[in-house]
Amino acid sequence: MSDFLTEYAFLIVPIVKIVILVLIVLTVDAYLTWLERKVIAHIQARWGPYRVGPHGLLQPLADGVKFIFKEDPLPANVDKAGYFIAPFITLMLALTSLAVIPFGPQRFTVFGYETHVGIADVNISLLVLFAITALSVYGVALAGWASNNKYSLFGGLRSSAQMISYELALTLSVVGVLLIAGDFSLRGIIEHQDNGNLGILGWNIFGFSKDGLGFTQIIGFFCFFLAAIAETNRVPFDLPEAESELVAGYHTEYASMKFAMFFIAEYTSMITVSCLATILFFGGWVSPFPASWTLTHYLPSVLLIPFGAWLVFDGIRYETVFGRILLPGVGSVLALLGIALALFPSFNEAIQGPFWFLGKVFAFLFFYIWMRGTLPRFRYDQLMTFGWKFLLPVAIANVVITSAYLLWRMY
Amino acid sequence: MTGPLIIFLVLAALAVLGAVSLILQRHPIHSALSLIVVMVALAGLYLLMGAEFVAAVQIIVYGGAIMVLFVFVIMLLNAGAEERTNFSKLATYAGVPLAVAIAGLIAAAILKSGANLSTAGPNGALTSTKNLSMLLLREFVYPFELTSFLVLVAILGAIVLAQREN
Repeated sequence: MSDFLTEYAFLIVPIVKIVILVLIVLTVDAYLTWLERKVIAHIQARWGPYRVGPHGLLQPLADGVKFIFKEDPLPANVDKAGYFIAPFITLMLALTSLAVIPFGPQRFTVFGYETHVGIADVNISLLVLFAITALSVYGVALAGWASNNKYSLFGGLRSSAQMISYELALTLSVVGVLLIAGDFSLRGIIEHQDNGNLGILGWNIFGFSKDGLGFTQIIGFFCFFLAAIAETNRVPFDLPEAESELVAGYHTEYASMKFAMFFIAEYTSMITVSCLATILFFGGWVSPFPASWTLTHYLPSVLLIPFGAWLVFDGIRYETVFGRILLPGVGSVLALLGIALALFPSFNEAIQGPFWFLGKVFAFLFFYIWMRGTLPRFRYDQLMTFGWKFLLPVAIANVVITSAYLLWRMY
Repeated sequence: MTGPLIIFLVLAALAVLGAVSLILQRHPIHSALSLIVVMVALAGLYLLMGAEFVAAVQIIVYGGAIMVLFVFVIMLLNAGAEERTNFSKLATYAGVPLAVAIAGLIAAAILKSGANLSTAGPNGALTSTKNLSMLLLREFVYPFELTSFLVLVAILGAIVLAQREN
């Protein structure tokens, strides 16, 4: 048995990692919808989901059951092959793009096979992500075209036009980061931002570096994030699904799990974009504090223990019995986790990287939702003007300025 | 059979099937999608040869940018399924033998060179991003820049042609 494992570890370990990652990502997607509804509800002075489970925590489960059991009608005169394949393409590409994201600095060995936190560590990971982004237009365009519905077609066309336009700005905005790091690999880009005692100043957004070859990428980040929101079709660039004009855009004719696949794909690409923004501009897993401040390593415990205690304290007064069991249960698990982190330094060191990485990703996801609750939608001509006449020139200017500065520092 | 050989056969079959489907499909969108399958399968073959950068660029440029424009134009013009016409006599009687002859010629050429044909190593040193950029921007910088002028001229020509209609 162990011989078999050693021989085929190169195959088994990645498959196991893929299964775990997909399960985690699908769960996070589900709870992202819950978070989005809750946050927007509170922005609009409502309660949001509250009925299914304590604080509506089981709402994603109810939504999932509803999606599975809904009727899935096939509209008349659709292009069958395209209609069926479009949601699969969209979801497959969205999930594939997570494969090249490194989630933590560790490398470990399983059955004599050296591996790391993340699925594939390829040295062109950024290009792979752009290749996947380039292909993901087809899912949306095909869905719109195959549905044989004028609103779907318009949604699909708008979406393709938008994605093509903003892809340029997206690609150009990261060139500055590539110039500084001199590497296409996401792991390499993060390691280049790890400048020991410089801490937060070493991140690409501030651009200080030990060797002096760094330049603030705040313009690049601005372009990247705006273009990325447009690529993921989120507010304020969610014109493909502007319901007042286009019903639901390219997925008007989709119901049941096929609709859910578009939905999951949208949330997964939100996660990918947040991971990418974290990696490229905010130092990935690098802590914002100088490396010599070892006391900050207890920050996860400091956050987890009070949060767990509050959850226990708040949960025992919840109005339903189920809530009185579930909330204190989750709270005590979190508090115990925090205590365990404080007691076992090796365990604590191991989660430092993932803690900062996931924390930053969560901040970006929250920002996405915050914007959805705050901003109105662009008009279509404004969207195109903004992309071509503002974002693209600014991204090019960033490339020119960054390379000029780096040249000046080198000679 | 080794792993790379299996992957090669799958990708090659995908590329050939996509190419055949490209010709046989009646709807332009289906043809365009078949062509995307060919492009992506070719990118996989490049990856198998260790040319990571070329593979990624193949997908970004051909699979992404160029084919998106094809699909976009077909959708915008709302082109319907094409009608089959009777083939021309020349194509019926001369086409198949000519195709067989060309395929035979290529196969014979490959067979004849035999052992001289080397396969690219799994980590092609020449095709790494750094070496490729060294070649393009140092050794062959003038041809490279001249080609970019050519592309620029073509783009300007397209704009002039589009403007003339107004």
